[in-house]
Amino acid sequence: MRAPPPTSSPLPAGLALRVSGVRKQFGAGAGVTVALDGAAFEARLGEITMIVGPSGCGKTTLLSIIAGTLTADAGRIEVLGSLLNELPRGALTRFRAGHVGFIFQQFNLIPTISVAENVSIPLLIRGVPRRRAEAQAMAILGRVGMAARGRERPLSLSGGQQQRIAIARALIHSPALLICDEPTSALDRDTGHQVMEIIRDVARDPGRCVVVVTHDPRIYRYADRMAEMEDGKVLRVLESPAAIAAAHPPS
Amino acid sequence: MFRIALQMLVGDRAKYLMLISGITFATFLMANSASLFCGLMSWTYATLRNVRAPIWVADSKVEQVGDTKPLRDTDTNRVRSVDGVAWAVPLFQGLTQARLLDGTFQLVTLIGLDPETLIGAPTQMVAGRLEDLRLPNTVVLDEFGVTRLSANAGRRIGVGDVFEMNDSEARIVGICKAYRSFTGGPYVYTTYDRAITDYTPLQRRLLSYVLAAPQPGTDPRALARRISGETGLRAYTESDFSWSTVWWYVANTGIPINIGLLVAIGFVVGTVISGQTFYSFVLENTRNLGALKAMGTGNVRMCLMLILQSLAVGFIGYGVGIGLVAAVGNLALHFGKVPFLMPWQVPVGVFCAVIFFCMIAAFIGIFRVSRVDPASVFR
Repeated sequence: MRAPPPTSSPLPAGLALRVSGVRKQFGAGAGVTVALDGAAFEARLGEITMIVGPSGCGKTTLLSIIAGTLTADAGRIEVLGSLLNELPRGALTRFRAGHVGFIFQQFNLIPTISVAENVSIPLLIRGVPRRRAEAQAMAILGRVGMAARGRERPLSLSGGQQQRIAIARALIHSPALLICDEPTSALDRDTGHQVMEIIRDVARDPGRCVVVVTHDPRIYRYADRMAEMEDGKVLRVLESPAAIAAAHPPS
Repeated sequence: MFRIALQMLVGDRAKYLMLISGITFATFLMANSASLFCGLMSWTYATLRNVRAPIWVADSKVEQVGDTKPLRDTDTNRVRSVDGVAWAVPLFQGLTQARLLDGTFQLVTLIGLDPETLIGAPTQMVAGRLEDLRLPNTVVLDEFGVTRLSANAGRRIGVGDVFEMNDSEARIVGICKAYRSFTGGPYVYTTYDRAITDYTPLQRRLLSYVLAAPQPGTDPRALARRISGETGLRAYTESDFSWSTVWWYVANTGIPINIGLLVAIGFVVGTVISGQTFYSFVLENTRNLGALKAMGTGNVRMCLMLILQSLAVGFIGYGVGIGLVAAVGNLALHFGKVPFLMPWQVPVGVFCAVIFFCMIAAFIGIFRVSRVDPASVFR
């Protein structure tokens, strides 16, 4: 009998994730679309790693695979010491609940419950009692400057305020990996910068890795590393803010 | 998470109210139709409820209590002679016309009781004395009869008033409570002899039933079989005769089909409204549900959340619906014009139907949610 594949993979110190040879295609036959074609890159703890590139280059697919919401057809995906490509579906769900925080482009806040209840969801998923979860939610809302709005409904708030709440929701269970999908694309310039300032503060935690997918060149300056993608491949990785600034000078 | 599931449901006011309304309507339609059916069926054996006797002996071809085929007078004694019979008395039951003081006629169900024992007499008198039935030309009328016979009298008739049946005077000596009959006529009680000689046109045979009772320790059903075997007549226990009457109406009238259609429509309406609304609720929340899945909510918990939402609207809709049916039923009984009977089987059956179609709705939602890709929230 074959032994089950290993599901853990210790990474070198400081490295949060490493992906290599990742392939993903959608559809079949003549309609097949190759979204990722051997993509590879790394992200470190205590840093913001941005994945950039034109539309359709595979950024979001790569982000989904790193987050454990999508499985790759081939390749090795090592995230926080777990080999995601070998994890069964249930374990992937538990992995996300325990280790990953999500910030979505459209915020994805549930409009019919309060801000504090929205923020408490990751704790509720992990089985934390409601009162304790909501108390923690109020505390973390204070960190993003939204403590006074905890009892309001999300739709009564501006886009920037909603994104702050989404950040609070993503952080409440202290995830080691924060996944941000176009976090500023629905926001104006100033609000986008405010949100990125918060994300940069969050990324300074040496036990946390932040991966941001973006189109928005205005926020490139917040990146510590940058993976540039095209046609399903990571073409180049810029390893420092200076390299990023040189490659993408601020306008 | 389950609390949040409920808040998501209640927060979408329009869909929530639509779901509750749909289930309420379906519950109302099913429970009310079923109660009407039960009420109608209870009217069919009203005579059995108004004239209580452990065993009813009839002609061998009689299948339901309203279908009397007269027996010979000697049949009472034949029944008495069967081993295990404690007593047996004659009973007359027939429809006849009551002529009122203003000259109008009213159809009534005439019951002729054994004059010595008054077995089968009404159990609840609201005015007058039952014993006065032994006086000449006397009758006891039920409350519905008072209403019907007072219609053109200009006043409400009561004890001491007189009307005619078969050109014979009938003086009211008592008012009683009685269950409504399927034919709609009020009940008029008198003695057996008076019923067959004064109040009914003369015929060769007028004995409708022989009422009997078993001796202590004798099983009524076994005695009924013995009476049937020894006399060639057909003997029923009261319960068997009730069911035989109900089944006769079920088999020989369009009532069950018509009311069954109403119940089926209620079920279909409930299923369609709750299923469709729940499905569109899930569709509209696909993005939020996808986000919950991305954040680590497993499929099992998602399914339980949807089942909880579905059951919640099911319970509330059922509660409101069954409450409305009870209120309407009480009103109907108060005014006494609509057949309505809600035995415990009706709310239990309707509850099962509601839970069943709520589960169908939940599973439609679960089917949709299980296909929601958590990665879809990034697209």
